[in-house]
Amino acid sequence: MPISVNDAPLLAAQSLGLVRGGRELFHDLSVEVYGGQLWQIEGANGAGKTSLMRILCGLSRYGFEGKVLRPVTPLYLGHQTAVKALLSPRENLQWHVSGAGLYSDDQVDDALARLGLRGYEDVPSHTLSAGQHRRVNLARLFLSDACLWLLDEPFTAIDKQGVDETQSLLASHVDGGGAVVMTSHQALQVSCNVNTLNLVQGVVS
Amino acid sequence: MQRQHPQSCSRGCLLSVPHTGQFCARVLRRQLLLAVRRPIEIGNPLLFFAIVIVLFPLGLGPSPERLVSFAPGVLWITALLSNLLTSDAVFRSDFDDGSLEQLILAPQPLFFSALAYILAHWLTTGLLLAAVSPVFALMLNLPVSALGALFVSLLLGTAVLSLLGGIGAALTVGLKRGGILISLLILPLYMPVLIFGTAAVQAAMTGAPSGPYLAILGAMLSLAIALAPLAIATGLKVSIDA
Repeated sequence: MPISVNDAPLLAAQSLGLVRGGRELFHDLSVEVYGGQLWQIEGANGAGKTSLMRILCGLSRYGFEGKVLRPVTPLYLGHQTAVKALLSPRENLQWHVSGAGLYSDDQVDDALARLGLRGYEDVPSHTLSAGQHRRVNLARLFLSDACLWLLDEPFTAIDKQGVDETQSLLASHVDGGGAVVMTSHQALQVSCNVNTLNLVQGVVS
Repeated sequence: MQRQHPQSCSRGCLLSVPHTGQFCARVLRRQLLLAVRRPIEIGNPLLFFAIVIVLFPLGLGPSPERLVSFAPGVLWITALLSNLLTSDAVFRSDFDDGSLEQLILAPQPLFFSALAYILAHWLTTGLLLAAVSPVFALMLNLPVSALGALFVSLLLGTAVLSLLGGIGAALTVGLKRGGILISLLILPLYMPVLIFGTAAVQAAMTGAPSGPYLAILGAMLSLAIALAPLAIATGLKVSIDA
């Protein structure tokens, strides 16, 4: 279903440049993300992928050149899961500090079930494994109604089946008119087109 | 694995997010639940308060006349220190697990969510300290007529301390060991609160009206509510950026 926001970019980065520790990570990087696009940012460790993501989502505000326009509030999933060990997965999602919508118990349970966490809704999160923490965090993708998803290494510590399911979720989000910008070292196997931004070679394709 | 609402994207751009009041209530409830689930965090400042107060008769001698002359200062300084002890932890665990990044990116103004964090901190430290303080005041032979002034001055004063402590916590949350630095940053700001807090209790002991001092504490609280969250919000953004 095409949506009206397709004409305007959901995220526009204009001539971004970043120098860290005397090394230029990228310069004059411009990118526009429209609804219906999936962007994968590639680069070796230390190439500046996470720094770029933090600039794009707005956590880094100083120390770089260029500017970022964000007409919509993005959903950002970072390296850290933001899952509180003392709260249950359900409480974590319902009372999330990201300020997203108010979800009913059923919505949250449904999202958790889709990520294989049925039966774990009410246990304290500190009894869950690292991968399950990541899954609780990924459940936000099912609940969120944000157009733009900024995902930094979403597949870390996720098993193979989980990776496949997350990829099909990304594809259906893009098909529905949303946009995804993500970093990953894995080759994506999704049904939609993948735009690649390689930070080392500076190639946008 | 199909998305439940494929059309939700078009809705999302209209941003169906809870309004600020709802969000602050959610943050407050979350912080209070976290505190209740770790009762030692609530108990620590109270135990510290109790133990330090007990140390004073041991050090100063048990004579009731001497104790009563020190009582307002002793009670206030101990409450101030136990508040300082807990300030460091206000944003620490949220910084460590990434919740703070999410809070900063939330569409609701950080001013009010920071205020909700501080309110939760005050409810679990300052309010409880004020509530138990009359017991320890009697132990130090403080006259019963001064208990009301002590309670109200601590109630108002610890709220100011929590707000000021939040500024220090926000500025030092990105540092591995911010413990001493936070004390150096905010102890000077605590001084006016201490001066007027003890003055209110001393006035009540001598039978003078403590109202003017409490009014000044109230004015400090109003000022701190208006300005401290600005500093906290900016401090958090800087700490996350660094």
